[in-house]
Amino acid sequence: MAGKKSREVPEINAGSMADIAFLLLIFFIVATTMDVDSGITTRLPPMPEEEQEPPPPLKERNVFQVLVNASNQILVEGEWGDINKLKDQAKEFINNNGRKDNLSENPEKAIISLQNDRGTSYNMYIQVQNELKRAYNELRDEAARDKFGKKFSDLPTDQQKEIQKMYPMKISEAEPKNIGGTK
Amino acid sequence: MSRFKKKPGGSSPKINTASLPDIVFMLLFFFMVTTTIRDASLKVQIRPPEATEIQKLEKKSLVSYIFIGPPLKQYQAKLGTEPRIQLNDSYATLADIAQFVEMERKQRDEKVVPQMTFSLKIDKDVKMGIVTDLKQELRKVNALKINYSTKKGGKKAE
Repeated sequence: MAGKKSREVPEINAGSMADIAFLLLIFFIVATTMDVDSGITTRLPPMPEEEQEPPPPLKERNVFQVLVNASNQILVEGEWGDINKLKDQAKEFINNNGRKDNLSENPEKAIISLQNDRGTSYNMYIQVQNELKRAYNELRDEAARDKFGKKFSDLPTDQQKEIQKMYPMKISEAEPKNIGGTK
Repeated sequence: MSRFKKKPGGSSPKINTASLPDIVFMLLFFFMVTTTIRDASLKVQIRPPEATEIQKLEKKSLVSYIFIGPPLKQYQAKLGTEPRIQLNDSYATLADIAQFVEMERKQRDEKVVPQMTFSLKIDKDVKMGIVTDLKQELRKVNALKINYSTKKGGKKAE
């Protein structure tokens, strides 16, 4: 008789389970940040090592110079530039393939040199970076469509690499100047 | 007629709440899985610039954040409005960057260190001077993978 009684497991009251779960739930709702981080990803060049040989001089025509001053004005290849035209100018320069004498010989040799002042606003800098990146992305997209009939982002990795080789993104940033005087 | 007649006694029937914990747990798991816990409270104002050519940052565990912007209103009386760098939970100077990078690297597995990304969350009105200095510091410690945090949006500059 006594044995039977001890085998009976007493029921655990699960009524407060919901309360506990609610408490945890509320904690996680409050602590959650749902925003997705996104941005422009770049790689910085490694620090130059000492006693490194200076890089071989580049042909003037293969360098597309973009300067941004402290008042956020742009100088493109020695002329006043406009942020709205920068992308098309860059595209023309990269995709010149030796047609015009003053633009690049081919996309692989083309280098975009970007220099900004210490007084340039971060916003402007990002806009310029964005436009230059857009130029490359559009060129890659066009090439991908021509060659494989798909958007660049939809291609498999090896085909993406091929396109990237055709249009290597070479944006070089020179050490900034401090002409504007502001720090 | 008798169908709608109230039962004597008048008490409403009990709703079975046995499945309530299950529902709540389901929600709980959803939030637990999607959560990234806020690890730093911002002490600087950040209004990110807008850009179109953006990429999503993947593998959040490999991302470290560096903030630059003017101090929040409540700190401005003491610190002024000059842009400041924030690392983790406190204001920092350029000299602290190298140590910060070292600490962040130590927290992670050695194998994944080369894939670490430093996300720069910078206010759009900050001047490039401080950003350039920061980039130089990062280059010195060989932290080369960076991401300029931006919002998706308009392509036109001011």
